[in-house]
This record gives sequence, structure tokens and C-alpha cells, in this order.
Amino acid sequence: MTDKRVSFSGLLLPAALLAPQLAVTAVFFLWPASQAVYQSLLRQDAFGLSVTFVGLDNFVRLFEDSSYLSSVQVTIVFSAATAILSMSAALLFAVAADRVLRGSTAYKTLLIWPYAVAPVLAGVLWWLMFNPSIGIIAYILRGLGISWNHVLDGDQAMILIIVAASWKQVSYNFVFFLAGLQSIPRSLIEAAAIDGAGPVKRFFTVTLPLLSPTSFFLAVVNLVYAFFDTFGIVHATTNGGPGTATTILVYKVFKDGFIGLNLGSSAAQSVILMLFVIALTIIQFRFIERRVHY
Amino acid sequence: MVERRPYLTVLTHLTLILGAGLIALPVWIAFAASTHEASDFLSGLMPLLPGDKLVENYWKVLAHGESSAGAPPIGLMLFNSTVMALSIAVGKIAISLLSAFAIVYFRFPLKMAAFWIIFLTLMLPVEVRILPTYEVVAGLGLLNTYAGLSIPLIASATATFLFRQVFLTIPDELTEAARIDGAGPMKFFRDILIPLSRTNIAALFVILFIYGWNQYLWPLLVTTDASHYTAVMGIQRMVAVPDSEPLWHLIMATAILAMLPPVVVILLMQRLFVQGLIEQEK
Repeated sequence: MTDKRVSFSGLLLPAALLAPQLAVTAVFFLWPASQAVYQSLLRQDAFGLSVTFVGLDNFVRLFEDSSYLSSVQVTIVFSAATAILSMSAALLFAVAADRVLRGSTAYKTLLIWPYAVAPVLAGVLWWLMFNPSIGIIAYILRGLGISWNHVLDGDQAMILIIVAASWKQVSYNFVFFLAGLQSIPRSLIEAAAIDGAGPVKRFFTVTLPLLSPTSFFLAVVNLVYAFFDTFGIVHATTNGGPGTATTILVYKVFKDGFIGLNLGSSAAQSVILMLFVIALTIIQFRFIERRVHY
Repeated sequence: MVERRPYLTVLTHLTLILGAGLIALPVWIAFAASTHEASDFLSGLMPLLPGDKLVENYWKVLAHGESSAGAPPIGLMLFNSTVMALSIAVGKIAISLLSAFAIVYFRFPLKMAAFWIIFLTLMLPVEVRILPTYEVVAGLGLLNTYAGLSIPLIASATATFLFRQVFLTIPDELTEAARIDGAGPMKFFRDILIPLSRTNIAALFVILFIYGWNQYLWPLLVTTDASHYTAVMGIQRMVAVPDSEPLWHLIMATAILAMLPPVVVILLMQRLFVQGLIEQEK
């Protein structure tokens, strides 16, 4: 870790300065996390009267449980679709906004504000648009001969939450893609143009490769977003249904823990999610270190 | 732009106009819905143009709420959201400034350990430790309080890292000059570091205010009493009315009101917002 050449001395003062941050971290992060690990090794009986130590049995059961495996599958489909949809739309808009000279500020403003909309509100807005009896999209689809009812059809419910989650995330990806595009030296693009490359060829051979650090970073962020922040969308619109068609992992932790009161299993699911976030964080930091070198 | 290509320019503008329209569409529909009365939603296609019940509907949700769903007036929920968002933003910035100052400007044993403990919080979002965190907060008697809504969310690795980066770019000569002039560490912190990081603080504040305002799962868990509902979570109570058609006009009026403050913040402080967003992820 880099250090200042000039520093202050003392022991009590830095300890006091760090105390609030460390106290909050210990009480609300480290202790609960350790509790989750501890509880994941226990099992309570149905009345909460006795607790037995079961080792890794909760984890073994999870991976034999078809409802958990289907939730893993639902989460993968949902987060991959959300990341791809919101990133490609954002990239399209960013390339366009990077190209225009007139009105670019106005366009930027019009594209970034959904960042401020909470995921649950995005869910509620699209829930109205897709409402089977009065929603405008359901109406248009009916005109095209498609009967829309996400309350009964699992695939349609999945489409609903993917669209809502992507709509909210486009603005975030847009800001980063635009910043990435603007940091590409103009001289590179001009050189390619002089060599006779048209706009499409320039995009695929020069711009896109130079954007790969941004794209990788955004892929990780979008994955974390789809895994965790979208809880509100699912909870307010589909409730994980129909059946378990939209029960993403975070929703299942909540449902099994708070509604089903299956504490051991819910804790084991939390621990698996923690490992997932830790892995993603490490990947991202290793990647950033590498980027610094070139 | 490298060369003139009129067709491409037209296509670019069309893409952007279409994109902006697509982004705005759901909010337009919600706004239109919020200005009609319940009977307009019974059958067929919902109204797509604003009606004449704007003042009536908004006044109703602001002052009375949808009592049948057990939701309090939105006015109260907006107030709760404001308190929560401000406490989270101010709290995060304050404790992160202090810890970044300690980490950058002091040499003391266990510094690396402190650094890594703070770093760990990055890996433990509230969603993965729902139940045990709830138990801690319940054990401390903080359910249904503003402290319970905000304090568990104010530890922040990203804010600490950001201020660490900022402090590292501040020249050592300033510190030396301050020391020669007889300034102690806290005076240096107050009179030099804070003023020099002003823009970064403002940019981060915008991001954190939105973060705090848009919290959903956490308020859902720690508020069981309607008097502490926040606007963003309160809407779920209106949506989840069993066995009856949703009251679309009131739900959408609530949704518009709940998204208005953070959207206004972004529109007014667009430059700070973009700076804060990009800085935070570095």
C-alpha cells in the first residue's frame, strides 16, 4: 500500500478516527456474516425448540433440492439476459451520443435519469404496461395475436422482470460506455478512417476492442445488480411466480428465511451467495490491477 | 465525428430520439394513469393521455394514503425516505472521510488489518446476510426507528477507497507547510483536506442520496409499523392487496412521487452525478 512521505504520529487519534467505521462493520457486517456461516451448519426442528449441529448437511440438501437448482437456473437466465439486453442497448445509445455534435447534452440528460428510479418502481411501471387486461403492451401483443398473461405463463413473467430490470440499468451502462468512448484517442479513429475503414468496420475493429475493459467491468457490475438489487422487482410484481418461474436466489433466501422460517437452509443459501460475491470481487480486483499495467 | 455522412447523422439522431422515447414511455404511462379515476381502468386499454384528476389523486395519496391497504399518507413516507437517505449519505461520507484520513496520514500498527476489515464490507451486501443482520438490529431494539433504517447501511468500503485516492493526490508540501505553521492533524483535516475534497464529497453525496432513497429490502425488514415506512417500500403494500384489482391511479401517483426526488437530484446535478458515478467505481 502506498504511503504518504509526511505523516502524523500518534496512536489514539487514528484509532478514534477509525472507530465508527470499524464498529459499524463489526456489528452489522462481520458478526451477521459469521452468524450466517454458523447457522448454516445447524438445523432447527419444526417448532424451533431444539437445534442440532448437522455439519455441511444443509449444503448437501440444497444441491439435492430441485427447487434450489431451478432457482439457480432462473437466476442465470435472468441475469445473463438482463446484462446482455441493458448493455447492448446502452452501447448503441452511447455510440450514437458520442457521434452527435448538436444536442448531445440534451440526449445525455434524457438517457441517464432512470438511474434514479428504484428497481421496485421500475417493476411497478412495467407491471402496469404488461398488465394482461389493461396494459398497453399486452394490448399491442393481443393485436399481433399473442395472448399475454404473465400471471399464468412463467416465460412471460420472466420477460416482464428482465425488461423492467434492464430498463433501469441502461442509464448506468450508458454513462460508463460513453466515458469509455470519449477516452479513446481520436487519432486512432482518424487513422483507421484514412486507411479506408468505414464506420461499421471502425466500430468492430477499433472501438469495440478498446472498450473491452469497460465492457468487462460492466459485465461484473450488471451481474451483481441482477443477482441482488432486483429483489424489489420480483417481490413487488411476480412474487417469484407463477410457481417458481421467477424465484431468483435472493428472493428464495428471503422466502425460505422470513416466510418459510427454514433458518438453516436460508443461512446456507446466504453463505453460497457470499462466496459468489467474494469470487466476483476478487476477479474484478485482479482485473483492475492488470489494467493498471498497460 | 471523423467524416461527414449525412445519412448516418440522421440515423444517429433517430436512434437517440427513439431511445429517449422508449426510456420515457413507462413514466409517461404511469403519469397518465395517475391523473384518472378508478373507473377508467376497468376494461379495455388503459388511458394513454392525462385526465383531469391530477390534483385530486395526488392530494389524496399525499395527505391520506390508501387506507384500505394499510399504507400511511405518502407525505409521511416521503419524509421518512428523506430522513433515511440523508442520514445514510451524511453518515457514509463522515465515517469514510475519517477512516480514509487515518489510513492515509497515520502510521500505526494493524493499519493493514483495519484496511482489510473495511474492504470486507464490499463483499457482504445486505441481501446476503438478511436474517442475521435483522436479528442484530432487532436485538438492539432498533426495529421501527430511523437509526435502524440507516446505521446498518453506512459502512462503506467504496467511499473510504475514494477518499483515500483523493488524499493520496494531495501534495505532501501542503502537509509540511501546515505542520510548520503549527497545525495539528485535526486542524489540517478540517482546514485543508475537507476544502480540497469538496467536489468529490458533493459528487459522492448525489450518488449516496439516491442509494439511500432507493433502498427496498432493508426498510421492508426493519419497519413493521406503518409510521416508519419509506416511499419506495411502501408502494409494495399498495400493490399487494389480495383479491381486488389494484387501484392503479393511486399506485401510479405514489410511484411518481416516490421517484421524483432522486430524479430531480440527478437532473439538477448531472455533472456531479456522472463524476460521482465514475469516480466511485475506480
